Amino acid sequence: MLKQIEKYGASLLALPFMVTIGLFFILPLLLVVVVSFWDYTSYSIVPDFIFTNYEDIFYGCIDNLPELCTAFSTYLSTIKFVIITWLITLIVGFLIALFLAFCVQSIALQIALFLLCTIPFWTSNVIRMISWIPLLGRNGLVNDGLVKVGVVEAPIEWLLYSEFAVVVAFVHLYTLFMVVPIFNSMLRIDKSLLEAAYDTGASTWQMLTNVIIPLCRPGIIIGSIFVVTIVMGDFLTIGVMGGQQIASVGKIINVEMQYLQFPAAAANAVILIFTTLMIIFGMTRIIDVRKEL
Amino acid sequence: MMVSFFCLFIVFLYGPMFCILVLSFQGPEGGLTFPMRGLSLFWFESLFDGVGVIDIWSAFGRSLRLGLVVMVLTVIFSLMAGLAFRKKFALSSALFYATVSSLIVPSIVISLGVALEFRILDDTIKTLGEKHQITWILEDFRTTMGLFSSGLGAQLTWTLPFGLLIMFAVFNRFDPSYEEAARDLGAGPWKTFTEAVLPIIAPSLIGVALFGFTLSYDELARSSQAIGGLNTLPLELRGLTTTVTDPTIYALGTLTTGISFTVIGLALAFYFTMRRRASGKKI
Repeated sequence: MLKQIEKYGASLLALPFMVTIGLFFILPLLLVVVVSFWDYTSYSIVPDFIFTNYEDIFYGCIDNLPELCTAFSTYLSTIKFVIITWLITLIVGFLIALFLAFCVQSIALQIALFLLCTIPFWTSNVIRMISWIPLLGRNGLVNDGLVKVGVVEAPIEWLLYSEFAVVVAFVHLYTLFMVVPIFNSMLRIDKSLLEAAYDTGASTWQMLTNVIIPLCRPGIIIGSIFVVTIVMGDFLTIGVMGGQQIASVGKIINVEMQYLQFPAAAANAVILIFTTLMIIFGMTRIIDVRKEL
Repeated sequence: MMVSFFCLFIVFLYGPMFCILVLSFQGPEGGLTFPMRGLSLFWFESLFDGVGVIDIWSAFGRSLRLGLVVMVLTVIFSLMAGLAFRKKFALSSALFYATVSSLIVPSIVISLGVALEFRILDDTIKTLGEKHQITWILEDFRTTMGLFSSGLGAQLTWTLPFGLLIMFAVFNRFDPSYEEAARDLGAGPWKTFTEAVLPIIAPSLIGVALFGFTLSYDELARSSQAIGGLNTLPLELRGLTTTVTDPTIYALGTLTTGISFTVIGLALAFYFTMRRRASGKKI
C-alpha cells in the first residue's frame, strides 16, 4: 500500500492540476474542433459531419479575387495589427529589458524597477484602455497640446476609437509580455562573455548584435509568441479602442456566439488557431534562418 | 539616454491611469477630459448610488468571491503539481505542453470551448430528464453554467499556467539538501514538507496567490462567454464603456485599481518580510 503511494505519488499530486487542464482546456479545445463540423438551427446545435461552416466562411473568397471577401479582409486587418504590435513591443520590450539587465547595477534597484514595470499587469485591462480617453479624446491632452503648439489647426479625430488607438492600447497592455522573457534570457548571459567581447575591441553595437541578441533568442521567441497569439485572438481591445467599428477574427467569433451560431464560431476558431500556429511557425523559421547566415 | 527611455516608458505605463485617477475627483460639472472642473467626491457618490440598471456592487462581490476561490485553487493545485514535477510521472511532459498551450491559445477560443462544453452538458441532462421523466430536471433545471462552474474553469486555464511556471522557477533553485537533512533527522514525508520545504517556498506561494487573485479579479476574455447569466465586475465594466459617458466610470476605475494596488501592496509586503525571515533563518 505504502509502496504504491510512493510509486504513484507524483501522479496523484499532479492529479487536480491535470484534471482541471483536461476538463477546461483539452476537452473544450477538442469540442471546438468537433462542433465545427456540426449543423445548427436558430436555437440549437445538431451533431453532424458537414463542411458547411467552413464553406460559409470562405464563401466567394476565390471567385471574387482580386476583391477581398470578408474572411480575407478580416484576417488581413488582424494580421496587420499583429505585425505592427509585434514590431513595436519587440523593440520597446527589448530596450527596456536591456536597460534593466545591463544598465542598472544594484540588484535591489533592478528588482524595484522590474516590479514597477510589472504592477500594471495585475490591474484591470479595461480600465487601462479607458484611461486613454482623457489623453486621446477629441478634447484630450494630446489634441489640446497639438492645437496649442500649432501643429494642427483643429483637433485630430483619429486619435481615439481608431486603428491608431488600438495599437497604442496593445503596446500599452502587452509590452510586458516581451520584457519579462527577454529580461529573463538577458540575466542568464554570462557577463564574462560581454567583457571578452569588449576586451577584444567590439563596439557597443557589435556586442549587441553578436552577443546579446543571439543569446536572447529564446526570450525573444517566447515574448513574440505571447504577443502574436494575444493580438490574433483579440476582440476586447479592438472592440473598445476601435469604437466597435473595426473587424477582427476574435470579434467575428464573439458575435457568432451571441447569435448562438456555435458551429460557425467553432469553424472560425479552428481557422484562427491554424493561422496563429502558421504565423508562429513562420516567425521561428525567420529567426532560425537569420541565425544560420 | 537609456534612462530617459525607461522613464518615458514608465510615464507611458502609469500616466493614463494617473489621469483617470485625477479626473475621478472632479466636481459635478466635470467631463471625460481635462481641464478639471472643481474638486469633489461627487462621482464616487453617484457610483455608490448605482450606475444605471447595472448592480455594480453585486458584480463586485461576485468578482471578489471568484477571485478568492481561483486564488486558493491556483495555489494548492500549482504547489501539488510543482512537487509532482520534481520527479517524472506518467504524462508529465504532455501535461507541461498542455499547460503552456493553455497560456497561449487565444482566450476567445477557450471561452467558446468551455461554453460549448457546458451547453452540450445541459442538453444531455435535459435529454436524459425527458427520456426518464425525471421531475426535478423537467421542472427546475436551467443550466450548469455559472460563476463557480464554467466561469471558474475558464479562469483556471489562465491562472494555473502562471502558477506552475512560478513553481518551476522555485524548485529549479531549491536546494534539496534541506529536505535530506530533515529526512536524516527522522522526519517523515509530511513533516519534511511542512517543516523544511514549505517555509522555504512560502514567499513564492504568496506570488502564486497574487497572480491567482489579480488575474482572476481582472479577467474577462476567457470568462466572457462562459460565465452564465451573472457578470463579474470586468464584464460589467466593458459594457459600461459604451453606455456611460460621465466620470462615474473613472470613479469605478479608481476604485477597482485601488483594490488591485492594495492587494499587490499587501502581497509584496508579505513576500519581502517572509523572504527576509527565511534568509535570516538560514544564517
